[in-house]
Amino acid sequence: MEEISNLFQGFATVLQPFNIMVMIVGIVLGVIIGVLPGLGGANGVAILLPLTFSMSPTSAIIMLSCIYWGALFGGAITSILFNIPGEPWSVATTFDGHPMAQQGKAGEALTAAFTSSFVGALFAVIMITLVAPLVAAFALRFGPAEKFGVYFLAFCSFVGMSKEPPFKTVAAMMIGFALAAVGLDQMTGQLRLTFGFTPLLTGFDFLIAVIGLFGIGEILLTMEEGLQFKGRSAVINPTVVFQTWKELPRYWVTSLRSCVIGCWMGVTPAGATPASFMSYGIAKRMSKRGNNFGNGEIEGVIAPETAAHAAGTSALLPMLALGVPGSPTAAVLLGGLLIWGLQPGPTLFIDNKDFVWGLIASMYLGNIVGLLIVLTCVPIFAAILRIPFSIIAPIILVYCAIGAYSVHNSNFDVVMMMVFGVLGYFLKKCNYPLAPLVLAIVLGDRAEESFRQSLLASQGSLSIFWSNWLVGTIMALGLIALFWSAIQTTWTRLRAMVTA
Amino acid sequence: MTGQSNGASGAGPSHRSVEIGVALLTLVFSLIVIGGSLQVGIDWAFDGPRAGFFPFYLGLLILMSSLVNLFQIIMDGKTQRLFAEWGQLGQVLRVVVPSTVYVVLVPYIGIYAASILLIAVFMKWLGRYGWTLVLAVSIGTIVITFIVFEKWFLVPLPKGPIEELLGL
Repeated sequence: MEEISNLFQGFATVLQPFNIMVMIVGIVLGVIIGVLPGLGGANGVAILLPLTFSMSPTSAIIMLSCIYWGALFGGAITSILFNIPGEPWSVATTFDGHPMAQQGKAGEALTAAFTSSFVGALFAVIMITLVAPLVAAFALRFGPAEKFGVYFLAFCSFVGMSKEPPFKTVAAMMIGFALAAVGLDQMTGQLRLTFGFTPLLTGFDFLIAVIGLFGIGEILLTMEEGLQFKGRSAVINPTVVFQTWKELPRYWVTSLRSCVIGCWMGVTPAGATPASFMSYGIAKRMSKRGNNFGNGEIEGVIAPETAAHAAGTSALLPMLALGVPGSPTAAVLLGGLLIWGLQPGPTLFIDNKDFVWGLIASMYLGNIVGLLIVLTCVPIFAAILRIPFSIIAPIILVYCAIGAYSVHNSNFDVVMMMVFGVLGYFLKKCNYPLAPLVLAIVLGDRAEESFRQSLLASQGSLSIFWSNWLVGTIMALGLIALFWSAIQTTWTRLRAMVTA
Repeated sequence: MTGQSNGASGAGPSHRSVEIGVALLTLVFSLIVIGGSLQVGIDWAFDGPRAGFFPFYLGLLILMSSLVNLFQIIMDGKTQRLFAEWGQLGQVLRVVVPSTVYVVLVPYIGIYAASILLIAVFMKWLGRYGWTLVLAVSIGTIVITFIVFEKWFLVPLPKGPIEELLGL
């Protein structure tokens, strides 16, 4: 009950005129970011983070999270009209979305995509409203060992569940942790890994890494592919929208299943991209018209879009309740919290109630506003993609540089951004996952602190991580996640042996 | 640089050699981390683990995974895949080179002037647009940026001699 009154208070905060304006600006910027190749949710939010320095934390998080919703919506536009996924999570939307557009059903496809996104996000927000306070209350009991256990679990899931080779994931992740360790050691006050180089005293900021790896790296990849944009034009009129809406309830099973897949994959750090693929794959297998998937089946648009949005939204649940972001964008939002002077994690629900519930309320409203904006403004957003890349690319570069500079007002950061950009290009081409690298830079100091605090309590014995049922369970789950793919292969082999 | 040749040559560095390069890079990085950790001490002091304790093990993990990655690439001799064609890499360099120059110029001439240059060079060199459009887009973008960042959101950006002359 208390949650409901808190939520209503949150709505009251969000409905202030300034916050509504911020919300609309955020969503429009987000859709633009989602539409443009080379700008994604994570680095889009990172670039625009400095704009929020002069705002109150609540307005700031509303703006940034709305940029995120907008980016999620925007990805679908380019997938359907141009067959170019603006975001990795909208790749699966191209499979049936673009064929629909080619058959002249772009309006239906877009309406279905936006509406499913909305449904997925709404499902995830309701889940967050109900579950997050419980998780946070439970997590208040966590000591340093349990905290480290949660980090351990999050990072092990990356190794076990990502499709990249496990040792590349480990390498990328540990490089992130090592970068986070550079500079002043918070516990001993000693400098480390700076090798006498002054700009390294403050260490590497993950925002710079995000802007470089995802922003510059992505532009380089786009350049290499030499993209030519040839798009279908889009007309959405109310008749098409209402006709599609009448048709959509028929696919409620697919929708519900995709919501559940999305929420699960979002809370565990697998993220929106695998969620959309998995949801598409399962829908194809279960659907009566599964054979026709890939030729413009509306169900093939509903499944990935619902799952991607459910995953993208529910990635905020562990960020809010535990301080462990479920996706790179959630990690950037978490970095924002730190900059605004808030302590992410379970105490947020006690010390900063207005902030948390304002954010949750803004998720409800932001998605409604987002749906209305994208439904009405699709042609305008699609026109942005018709601007040639040789104009868009340098402008994106300039904004990346401005974003990188304004984090610490440092020219060295701009140089580092470029280094990370080139690095990101090579890492991505060689199949090293970037998300765990970024997450490790964000969480590095906190993970190290809880690790060292635990060891201090136990006089250096690792047995503290098995000292009670709670931390033991978390660590065991972590180990299962770490060896998940190995467990799966053994299991299938065993089954094959039994049936043979 | 022979114009817009979008890699019709079909030649380029092999994926394998680049993979080996990246693995070696992570290997070198791990050695730096291990070295730096040893410098500050990886054992226990009277008040707990020293500063190098945690990064040392990180370094070891990177070293180990680099070696595994390296081993896997060297064992897997079958893949003849190209990393990218020379023409494609040329396209990439056409972004990297001007951007690097841009990044180096920012501290000296300010971000606004450097940005106008970057956008103009890009549009002229890669897009071959007319001067009117080039100037309109580059200066227009920067004026809008100035208003949004400096005036609305009060975020100061690095300025150079030109802004000083204009009294901004």
